[in-house]
Amino acid sequence: MTTDPRALPGADPHTGNREIDPVTGYETTGHDWGGIRELNTPFPRIALIALALTFAWSVLAWILLPAWPLGRDYTRGLLGLDQGEVAMDRLQAIETDRAAWLTRFDAPDFAALATDSALMAQAMPAARRLFEDNCAACHGRDGEGGPGFPRLADASWLWDGTPEEIAITIGHGINADDPDTRVAEVPAFDWMDRADRHSLAEFVASLPAGEADWNSPAAALFAENCAACHGERGEGGLGIGAPSLTDRATIYGQDAQTVYQTLTRGRRGVMPAWAVRLSEAEINLLALYVSRLSEMTGEQGQ
Amino acid sequence: MLKLHYNLEKISMGLVGAIIAVASVGGIVEIAPLFTIEQTVEIPDDLRPLTPLELAGRQIYIREGCYACHSQMIRSLADEIDRYGPYSLAAESAWDHPMLWGSKRTGPDLARLGGKYSDAWHVAHLMNPRDVVPVSIMPAYPWLTAPLDTSLLRDSLATLARLGVPYDAKMIDQAQADARAQANPDADGADGVRERYGEGVAVRAFDGDPGRLTEMDALVAYLQSLGTLTRAAYGIGTEVEE
Repeated sequence: MTTDPRALPGADPHTGNREIDPVTGYETTGHDWGGIRELNTPFPRIALIALALTFAWSVLAWILLPAWPLGRDYTRGLLGLDQGEVAMDRLQAIETDRAAWLTRFDAPDFAALATDSALMAQAMPAARRLFEDNCAACHGRDGEGGPGFPRLADASWLWDGTPEEIAITIGHGINADDPDTRVAEVPAFDWMDRADRHSLAEFVASLPAGEADWNSPAAALFAENCAACHGERGEGGLGIGAPSLTDRATIYGQDAQTVYQTLTRGRRGVMPAWAVRLSEAEINLLALYVSRLSEMTGEQGQ
Repeated sequence: MLKLHYNLEKISMGLVGAIIAVASVGGIVEIAPLFTIEQTVEIPDDLRPLTPLELAGRQIYIREGCYACHSQMIRSLADEIDRYGPYSLAAESAWDHPMLWGSKRTGPDLARLGGKYSDAWHVAHLMNPRDVVPVSIMPAYPWLTAPLDTSLLRDSLATLARLGVPYDAKMIDQAQADARAQANPDADGADGVRERYGEGVAVRAFDGDPGRLTEMDALVAYLQSLGTLTRAAYGIGTEVEE
């Protein structure tokens, strides 16, 4: 193998120059495939310039930015940038920006805030985003609820529909891992006779239509076992997490079969406590948003 | 410079050697820090290893390919911290073999999912995501109601222990029993799980049925543990503010 241009195929043995293509003016490589010769087209200048620029940039980046690993350390660069710090600074900037209006939710007078339309115009879209990120998975994008997850876009509430009460629920959760969590539970009535459970289930299922016979044996079972939490006539509203059984707004369903299941196994739905993830102001913002969901979607409780 | 390249191109072996030399720079920059990882990544004092049930859930997570659409790494970008919480630290996954950071997000990041939703939601969502999130494109995993195979858990723990995860002899010994006990709060072994893995460990019937130990129990237990193994990352913000 040789690198002497004079020894290469097609080269002039004295000068080492190869044949010039008459059409393009480019040198040929000297390779010949049955009369077809390959042009030795020079590399485009612009590509070379780009290559030189990127190389120059990389050297500059090595000097200015964190670049090379050095065992347990790395070259930090003259700018001293740290991605983690940059991110936290930007987060700080975002939060400062937001604080301009969000601080008004720190210890809010909800009634006063709700009438401030300039504030609401800024806060409600932010609240919606917060709702979609955190609440929508269970409660639906518009608070329409789902199987086992309460509907928020109506006027029936287990505790109360005021923003103050909703904020407590969001912050501390229901049956959650929080010392101040709200507690709500249907105990399992599995000790009750099967036939009794069936007749009680039928009875509860007939409550919303107002067709229940309050002189039946099932009514006696209801008075003994259910009335303490759900109210004498199942009207609810005691603020202890037990729903009204007369308004069709239940979490799990109120057909006889579902009620039978509820009676047999009990229910103990969980809502996580959000105080560990969201700030107090964010929780209050969400509470106000949730309390207004029924107005915003134009729906009323039955 | 160009002349050098011109001549190099004519020596095929020289060119091969030069290509290897240049390309390996990229490799060295990526690989070299791994040789000192033992010293550069500080294990937080409060980091706990996964319980056997959570580990079984992690294996199901891998089996079902969850990592293909869900990352478990919050990047150090302001928007991500705002949405998901503090950015992920290397130390948080120090005992993950293999780590499941992932690089593709068709679904959301799961690094701090633990405790965000209720067990019932996870079960409903895994059975059919459309039931709870109508626009979801995630597949349904109804077969997770199958009984959990715990026979390999002991070996899994022993293997991880050899890789440096601090499972002691008792943990390895009790792996199968602990997996059963964690999904059945009334079981005798429930206290043993808390004793070995810490009070913070959730002992619940994750799939809603304490009587059966299912793959659903394991996967939900794992999902509820994500981001809860150490509080180390929650110190980041306060340091910067000071």
